[in-house]
Amino acid sequence: MSAAVSAMPSPPNAVDANAEPALRCAGLVKRFGTVPVVDGLDLIARPGEVVALLGPSGCGKTTTLRLIAGFETPDAGTIEVGGRLVSGPRCDEAPERRRIGMVFQDYALFPHLSVGRNVAFGLPRVREREARVAAALERVGLAGFDDRMPHELSGGQQQRVALARALAPEPAVILLDEPFSNLDAELRASVRAEVRQILAAAGQTAVLVTHDQEEALSLADRIAVMGEGRVVQAAGPEEVYHRPATKAVAAFVGDAEFLPGEGHGRRVVCDLGELPTTGQADGPVEVMLRPESLRLTKPLVGTLPGANATVLARAFYGHDQTMTVRLDTGRALRARLGPYGGIRPGDRVHVSVRGGVLTFPRETHGPMPEARRDPSGS
Amino acid sequence: MGSRRAPALIWVPAVLVALAMAVPLVYLVLRTAGAGAGIWDLLLRPRTARIALNTAGLALAVAASTALLAVPLAWLTGRTDLPGRRWWATAAVLPLVVPSYVGALAIVAALGPRGLLHDALSPLGIERLPPIYGFGGAWLTLTLFTYPYVLLGVRAALAGLDPALDEAARGLGYGPWRTFFVSTLPQLRPAVAAGSLLAALYAVSDFGVVTLLRYDAFTRAIYVQYRSSFDRTLAAALSLLLVVFACALLLAEARVRGRRAAYHRLGGGAARRARPVPLGRWRWPALCYCAAVVGLGLALPIGVLVWWFGRGLSRGDALDGVLTGAANSLQVGLLAAAAATLAALPVAILAVRHRGPVGVAVERMSYLGYALPGIVIALAFVFLGARYLTPLYQTLPFLVLAHVVRFLPQAVGAERTSLLQINPRMEEAARTLGRGPLGAIRSVTVPLARPGVTAGAALVFLTVMKELPVTLLLKPTGFETLSTAIWSATGSGRYAQAAAPALALIAVSAMPTILLVARDRDQPHRRSRIARGDG
Repeated sequence: MSAAVSAMPSPPNAVDANAEPALRCAGLVKRFGTVPVVDGLDLIARPGEVVALLGPSGCGKTTTLRLIAGFETPDAGTIEVGGRLVSGPRCDEAPERRRIGMVFQDYALFPHLSVGRNVAFGLPRVREREARVAAALERVGLAGFDDRMPHELSGGQQQRVALARALAPEPAVILLDEPFSNLDAELRASVRAEVRQILAAAGQTAVLVTHDQEEALSLADRIAVMGEGRVVQAAGPEEVYHRPATKAVAAFVGDAEFLPGEGHGRRVVCDLGELPTTGQADGPVEVMLRPESLRLTKPLVGTLPGANATVLARAFYGHDQTMTVRLDTGRALRARLGPYGGIRPGDRVHVSVRGGVLTFPRETHGPMPEARRDPSGS
Repeated sequence: MGSRRAPALIWVPAVLVALAMAVPLVYLVLRTAGAGAGIWDLLLRPRTARIALNTAGLALAVAASTALLAVPLAWLTGRTDLPGRRWWATAAVLPLVVPSYVGALAIVAALGPRGLLHDALSPLGIERLPPIYGFGGAWLTLTLFTYPYVLLGVRAALAGLDPALDEAARGLGYGPWRTFFVSTLPQLRPAVAAGSLLAALYAVSDFGVVTLLRYDAFTRAIYVQYRSSFDRTLAAALSLLLVVFACALLLAEARVRGRRAAYHRLGGGAARRARPVPLGRWRWPALCYCAAVVGLGLALPIGVLVWWFGRGLSRGDALDGVLTGAANSLQVGLLAAAAATLAALPVAILAVRHRGPVGVAVERMSYLGYALPGIVIALAFVFLGARYLTPLYQTLPFLVLAHVVRFLPQAVGAERTSLLQINPRMEEAARTLGRGPLGAIRSVTVPLARPGVTAGAALVFLTVMKELPVTLLLKPTGFETLSTAIWSATGSGRYAQAAAPALALIAVSAMPTILLVARDRDQPHRRSRIARGDG
């Protein structure tokens, strides 16, 4: 893909919130044996929208995608594509009739067919077929690659062929299963931007499965966070990051620290003193702190909000750094700072919070399984 | 995964094929059971006990002698500085390409009455040779032509051993010979056992050798019983006993093979190559040993056959009926290969892509042919044809059907392997791109599986070409193939006429080896794609 395309700003897709959904799943259930893998899943994708299904491994994301594509038959629930029922009670349409395109994790290009014939595979045998193949390859920046064989292409190129092949028949919805997991870390960011561009340019409704929250945040118009077989929260990336619906979502999407506190209406009292909250908080709560919302300054004496602490460890990443500090109350927290400042392990600091904090009612029984991203943030 | 049900066009034929596979065995069981209590009289006769003992004795002897022959060969060609080591390594496997009854023919034509040795010695006044017929001849022949099974397994195990263990033994003060006995040999034991059991299985199931060398083991007894009387119940009962023998050996082999895994190197990375053991002055006896084995297993049969062929040429009867025989063999081989390949396809697809209880059951049934010796399948089809399918009996389609039942496991195996290498996501991609289930198979699976399926078909073709018992018992009257021509000519001492078809069959059996080598050389990209795991 040319640098010119990826350098263009990424325009938000024109999504009409009132339009008939291109995809609607309601109450989907799929059990393998007696174990429910998908357990009452609701999901909507509006025309032109890119929805990311985000969740830890084993939460049922890929099974959901396979149910939508028609490779698996749900035990309950309905699936509509473009307003038409394709799966439900007494209805189980074959995959080839659903108007669903799919980009597989390993691309699944046909190794015995050239790039051009791979793309032509889903097109009717009409006169304009060649022109449509050329247009599809052009769209993914592979014009003139028709005669190459898949094994002659790089991983990124193979992925774009898979995308062109899925897009060519103009499906109502395109499904992408962990589309970037087979690419090198350096390649991933640029390919991601290209795919975003291609989908936006085509106005294509897409559902993307990923366990990489950074991928979901940067690529999707809307994120559906999955846990235990259902959608826990579906909202825009900023909403999901700043106002996670549950503690588990907060922990999975981005880094989060939690402090026990006591809510008093719009304020909460915790180890960092009395903090303003973004919502109503009453009784025992958990205070969510994003590491970047913590501020470290010279230790202060007085009654300013915050608490004094000792720096335990420092991890320097170049563009930012993470400090682990222990509050004088004994609790450890992580704070993300810019790359400057000269604070070292052993230093005494004062910890305070920028802006209001989000609180969750304190859970008395087991929280949802927590999957934290790699601290290196790759 | 594929939790969607298989299309009816796949599972209906697959189930039918699996049921067809069970027909011979089920028929023999019903037939035997039909005799009621009388069957115990038959089975407890002294003759039955003698046949069982004969068979067990032969199996035991062949297992022991093949192990004794193969282990030194494997070690000499794998771990020492034997001169021409790689050449010997290839040559020592080649007796495998001699069909066993062709080997028997060569042994009889060389050492039997009116054979080569007899002719050479009679001017000296020696008229009587030690008899070649009976246990000795059968044992010698089966050993010579089945030891490569042991050799191949032991050699693979030897290559997989960690030389560090032998080096440790050397470091602890053991000399090279003692090291072999305390370290190398114990580690090879499972491979030796598995190979010997395979050779024993071959000895128990083989029809041509024991019949031509007139040794009263099960296969010959069944044939004699079938020929000499119309008491089919005893033949059926003997067949079932033989199946029990074969199954016991097969199960034992599978168990030994399973245990072998525990002996494999545990550490990661590739094993270092062992430093070759210098043979020193032992080199000459070692060379003589290799030359003797390869000479007896390969040079002797080919040499004897060429000599008789030359004699036939000078007499003018060497090529009698060879062309017809070749044409008939070719015809049966091609038809059976095509039919088996087609019949195996739904079975393999069901077993690989829709692996439910039905898929597993169908696959297991399709492997029944492995447990049934050829003479058993032949006999069951004879009974069935003569009694229920009289219009089909002794026709070409019926002969082909029996061959399909016998060799379906080979075809299913080859197709299964090819299908397993095809990413199931390919078919799913084809589905999302608008193809129906059969369309996806036709446009994606079939072209991708074609090389493997073709190789499987070629293997079935070549095996059918040299097959003996099924062809012999089910061929249409007056229909002679290369294998039946060899059999009847050998039986009546017309060695010169057996030589040409025998040489032709050796060439035919050598072909899979050549094909395999050529395929690996011509299509390196195929291999690399498999290695990368996306093919």
